[in-house]
Amino acid sequence: MPNEGARDSQAFRMSRRKMMKGVAAALGALALPEKDAPAVVWEAFFQKHFRELSAEEKAKVLARLEKEYSETYKKAVKVRATQPIEGVLYGYGLDLSRCIGCRRCVYGCVAENNQSREPQIHWIRVLQLNKERGVDLEDAEEYYNPSKVPEKGHFYMPVQCQQCESPPCVKVCPVQATWKERDGITVVDYNWCIGCRYCMAACPYGARHFNWKKAGLPPAEMNPETHYLGNRPRPVGVVEKCTFCIQRVRNTPGRYTACVEVCPVGARKFGNLLDPESEIRYVIENKRVFILKEDLNTRPKFYYFYAT
Amino acid sequence: MKRERVRRVRVLTVSAVALFLAAGIAAAAPQKEEPAGRKSGATPHGPQFAVPKPPFTPGIFPCSDCHKDMKPNPNRRELKDEHTGVVLNHAQGQRWCLDCHDIANRDKLRLVNGQRIGFDESYQLCGQCHGDKYRDWRAGVHGKRTGDWNGQKQYLLCVHCHDPHDPSFKPLQPMPPPVRPENIKK
Repeated sequence: MPNEGARDSQAFRMSRRKMMKGVAAALGALALPEKDAPAVVWEAFFQKHFRELSAEEKAKVLARLEKEYSETYKKAVKVRATQPIEGVLYGYGLDLSRCIGCRRCVYGCVAENNQSREPQIHWIRVLQLNKERGVDLEDAEEYYNPSKVPEKGHFYMPVQCQQCESPPCVKVCPVQATWKERDGITVVDYNWCIGCRYCMAACPYGARHFNWKKAGLPPAEMNPETHYLGNRPRPVGVVEKCTFCIQRVRNTPGRYTACVEVCPVGARKFGNLLDPESEIRYVIENKRVFILKEDLNTRPKFYYFYAT
Repeated sequence: MKRERVRRVRVLTVSAVALFLAAGIAAAAPQKEEPAGRKSGATPHGPQFAVPKPPFTPGIFPCSDCHKDMKPNPNRRELKDEHTGVVLNHAQGQRWCLDCHDIANRDKLRLVNGQRIGFDESYQLCGQCHGDKYRDWRAGVHGKRTGDWNGQKQYLLCVHCHDPHDPSFKPLQPMPPPVRPENIKK
């Protein structure tokens, strides 16, 4: 989490242009290399000025955020930066033969991960598909609303971040504000994201969402157990996405993701791909499994399967 | 004669080595860790899992409260006075109450081999016919799991989601659909 911009601070009311002017002036004062200086000189300059935060600096950042959020949401908010667990690569299974399209996962995710209620942001989209046409995304319906699900002749496919092994969203980020962690979770640093939305264009799964406005998050509904790279409140103008509930799963013992726990039919499975005894390995080894848009070579770690 | 003896010795040696090997393998085999959620120890009829209490209709259990003074009637019939709410929609032509409920001990269920099990082990009863589901359930793949992915996992009984007398999963009202782009407030 480099360069903790003051974007989160409520007091900060400058426009970006003004801020850039200020930054330029400040840099000027810091003996900037000459205008026509060769690239290597600039490189050396940036190497000196952009460095990784030390552990103490990180702790300070987290403390600052905790204070800010606690004041805003009138409760003791925790912001953790729990590191990946060694020997763990997260994988997810979704049983298409069980899912009934009830959307409990969508709202379970919103509650757990502090998404904006108004304007609405959903990290999970449930697609209604036609049994006769199979997984035909051209024919998918997102806004179905019958009195009861499942509807005859249909099946349901929830789509969220597929946690790709080669994520196209990471490749296109011009400022490296998004990356894949060692445990396979692709994360965003909301304080580093410049809001260019290249990643949203690059993602073939529509899994990234933009904060057009200030998040409508009622303090009473705010989940105070947060992670820096996960469900902490997001500022305006940044991109967010599913993180496999990083604030839950990176602990030992670590809870299942919110969507797994809320699913009434048990269609959602989660575990460590490197553990041969895990549920997700059982699924991959014993069931008919497919990954979405395999032809794009994004190599998702989100496995759709049929248990029957 | 001598050859005969040699052969006998050889056979003995071979069996001794085999025995020794078998014992060695048994001893060396790593004690496989019990999956989380499984109770330590197993019953004679299968592994035991820690599950929440079965979802009884309030006031209905223990069954012996009412049944202790009643003479069991083993004749297959339609119940007219009690349990009229139970409409069997689960291979109804092929079975009735006493195929799963024990006739002698009303607080127990009965496996096809005559063994009695508690209501908190009913997965064994279901598993007699639904072996593939039972296998998946034990692995944590059929049915809902909550708790810790790398620690204590909470299993549910089959009957927490499936009414044993009418097991198909009932349709639910879906949560509201997302807002259409054209309806987003500016």
